[in-house]
Amino acid sequence: MEWIQQLVNGISLGSIYALIALGYTMVYGIIKLLNFAHGEVFMIGAFTGFYGITFLNLSFIPALILAMVVCSILGMLIERVAYRRLRRSTRIAALITAIGVSLFIQYVMIYFRGATPEAYPDIVPRQNIEFLGIKFNSQALFILLITIILMILLQYIVHRTKMGKAMRAVSLDMDAARLMGINVDNTISATFAIGSALAGAAGVIFGMYYTSIDPLMGLLPGIKAFVAAVLGGIGIIPGAMVGGFILGIVETGVSALGYSNWRDAAAFIILILILIFRPSGIFGKNTREKV
Amino acid sequence: MLKVDNINVYYGAIHALKGVSLEVNAGEIVTLIGANGAGKSTLLKTLSGLTRPKSGNIEYEGNSIVKKRVQAIVKDGISHVPEGRRVFPTMSVTENLELGAFLRKDKKGIQKDMEHVFELFPRLYERRKQLAGTLSGGEQQMLAIGRGLMAKPKLLLLDEPSMGLAPLLVKQIFNIIEMINQEGTTILLVEQNANMALSIANRAYVIETGKVVLSGDAKELQTSELVREAYLGGA
Repeated sequence: MEWIQQLVNGISLGSIYALIALGYTMVYGIIKLLNFAHGEVFMIGAFTGFYGITFLNLSFIPALILAMVVCSILGMLIERVAYRRLRRSTRIAALITAIGVSLFIQYVMIYFRGATPEAYPDIVPRQNIEFLGIKFNSQALFILLITIILMILLQYIVHRTKMGKAMRAVSLDMDAARLMGINVDNTISATFAIGSALAGAAGVIFGMYYTSIDPLMGLLPGIKAFVAAVLGGIGIIPGAMVGGFILGIVETGVSALGYSNWRDAAAFIILILILIFRPSGIFGKNTREKV
Repeated sequence: MLKVDNINVYYGAIHALKGVSLEVNAGEIVTLIGANGAGKSTLLKTLSGLTRPKSGNIEYEGNSIVKKRVQAIVKDGISHVPEGRRVFPTMSVTENLELGAFLRKDKKGIQKDMEHVFELFPRLYERRKQLAGTLSGGEQQMLAIGRGLMAKPKLLLLDEPSMGLAPLLVKQIFNIIEMINQEGTTILLVEQNANMALSIANRAYVIETGKVVLSGDAKELQTSELVREAYLGGA
């Protein structure tokens, strides 16, 4: 029965990757930019949650919401300041800018508070719940629950609201979307806001689960979430969710088999394999055009 | 209704429209014919605000729209059905139509107009839940026109609705264009299929390498020697 527990652990780790990967994939879908500053938004989310809990005495959910709000503003700001003016320049210029933004946020954070890690307060009880003879970590279940709620909310926004339909239209055909009267700039801002809010939520969840945060913490989860997005098919929202879960399960599986030193390598082996055998990802299709 | 006055448009170093002037009166079907690359699509893109002219003026219902944003122009009642249909392939027929009404808030009016589009194009009703990318070329063209109508335009800009369609289908689409016009929508139609376009239009402009070279009554142009030779396959 231990493997079921491991599976649950893997899914909760995967849900953190999935939440970050969603932002990657949404931004890529709409402006074809790999926003490498996304991992830093996740880090800022973790710190915002931390300060909210320790200084404002917030409980978990308000801290989560605070982090999401702060990160969505940060995401819109990054887009407005750094990326918007590059929309008509080469993709490599935008990519390099994204890496620059990422380093900028990391080191601004270090400049103001130093590089020492912070211990996340234990705000959600860590117990083992027994069910049918299987022990579940209460935090893992809680993470899973929150992730599922956020994903349902995202699906609702993207498919049912006017803003979501505008987002899909802009990602499919920017000029045609403008001809519908859609404000493309605002729609792109909204995409950054939503993607960054999810990364912020992932930051708080990560802090609670792994209890230690630092200004460079965004790097590895950021890159792994990128792998998850590519695995699922970059630009495809359900792909990012599934990619995140698969990556989490594989990593946990590798650790459980006793190869925990290989944990991080597993993600990159997956990336290499997917790029060789199925570069468009699990959900990716070769797009066909009708003439 | 629409008055284009001496506009010049450049793509980098390419001078795409060279001092083009034309007029569209309310209630008319005006067609703009010309070969590939003559600047027909560029003109429509300039009218809808996707491209900016370097000089010249565009007046619509008495106001200059040359500096307005695309959104504002759509709101003013100009709807542009682009070349190549440009439907949103992974969205359903209904969703595509809803996006056509993006700036409108009158839910009842939108519902009514959607029903009207389905009356004009019963095929779209049959396929309303299907993804637009799975439709045939003709159906996609119907959807593109229907989506344009959902904005409730006073002036409809149509860019090559006959492109890549079988002759029978072209005829059907052109009948519907005439119908839309009779219901009170003014139409500016860009076409390579000069014969079809001239047969439904009131007036026509012939454009060649960025310049209007000929204009006049559509029926007269249809019989003019010059047009017949250049665009209607001689004889």
